[in-house]
Amino acid sequence: MTAQGIENLKRDITEAAAAIPGEGPIALMEVCGTHTVAIRRTGLRSLLPERVRLISGPGCPVCVTPRGVIDTLIALAGRDGVTVATFGDMVRVPGSRSSLEEEKACGANVAVVYSVLEAMDLARRTPDETVCFAAIGFETTAPGTAVALETARNEGLKNFQVLSTHKWIIPAMDALLAGGEVRIDGFLCPGHVSVVIGSRAYEPLARRYRRPCVVAGFTAEQVLAGVAAILRQLAAGEARVENVYKQAVRPEGNPEALRRIAGVFETAEAVWRGLGPIPASGMTLRRAYGEFDAVSRLDLDWPPDETGADEHGCRCGDVIRGALEPHECPLFGKACTPAHPVGPCMVSREGSCQAEYKY
Amino acid sequence: MCLAVPGRIVEMEAGAGVVDVRGNRIRAGLALVPDAGVGDWVLLHAGFAITKITPDDAAETNALLDEMDRLAGVGGPAPSAPESNP
Repeated sequence: MTAQGIENLKRDITEAAAAIPGEGPIALMEVCGTHTVAIRRTGLRSLLPERVRLISGPGCPVCVTPRGVIDTLIALAGRDGVTVATFGDMVRVPGSRSSLEEEKACGANVAVVYSVLEAMDLARRTPDETVCFAAIGFETTAPGTAVALETARNEGLKNFQVLSTHKWIIPAMDALLAGGEVRIDGFLCPGHVSVVIGSRAYEPLARRYRRPCVVAGFTAEQVLAGVAAILRQLAAGEARVENVYKQAVRPEGNPEALRRIAGVFETAEAVWRGLGPIPASGMTLRRAYGEFDAVSRLDLDWPPDETGADEHGCRCGDVIRGALEPHECPLFGKACTPAHPVGPCMVSREGSCQAEYKY
Repeated sequence: MCLAVPGRIVEMEAGAGVVDVRGNRIRAGLALVPDAGVGDWVLLHAGFAITKITPDDAAETNALLDEMDRLAGVGGPAPSAPESNP
């Protein structure tokens, strides 16, 4: 980052913020775990005028995965002949009684993988074991799972199963605006999700709710450029989609990735931690891939039961909606720390709570 | 988790290949970037290249990752842009 570039953007932001009618707070939400971390790490909030607030929304895939999914995975990992393969952050998220990591220590079959490709390799190496890959993530991750499933079908890799909790981010943004609980004047749209879905994908949202939606990258300068663009629109009374991350994001996204998603997944309702069920926000396997669908093949009770209050007073759901700042949670930094996390927002490297705790 | 890192394709076969990410050679899926070839820079996410990028973009993102690593090592925000912890 250049100091001059930052200074210029700071000046733009201050001028634009002053030109926005009224004196009340301006709340901008990002919905990308990497933005959350970048904003905290670079101390960007301190560069913004007082009336401009940056809040974190449901942008961390581990965080938005509800507790019932963890419980389902724990039950699966306890079955004879089944190995649960998932990402490192997922194994540390507490379920109702324990985490996958704790279960693994007690002998459950849990494998930490960096990608779906590793989970498939594990399935190839252990033909007598059913390997169930817990597929979490937004549109950035889903195309890879789709390619893997195509490969598995071509290979006839029958001991490979997928539990898909892949999600579309825009329906969650829509649900937040429709709910009206949290003030959101504009969205800083996620960089790498937008590589796949394209900047055009936000146009219905911008139009319908009259909110600026600006796709931004991850350097301090790119985030500030995104904030400046939103504020300029608000000052001018506009609500458009703008892309200030043109290096990687095209209006149409990655058509090949979208084609792979559409070929393997169909859109369905999904349950989000903190937000509950959201129509058309999830990706489930198409019938043509039924032989790899853990829900039917492993006879899972799905979607899992999410009733009952979160134990231990965890407020991650409120943090995910942007209704609560991490430090406002009574557990933050006391009962809940990265070493002993109570909720997923403290577990995940992209969680709002861990980002605030560390930086 | 949604972070993608830049890498350069060093080997390629049908739909897959090896990508050099900051000196580490990583096996990666290349099916989502059908127009990419050996020598091209891509953004790599969870084992798959999701888009081609220019060498300049790769350098910029790598600089950001280096900075993040450095900050993570120090365990605090950049001295030039302090943020008080609540």
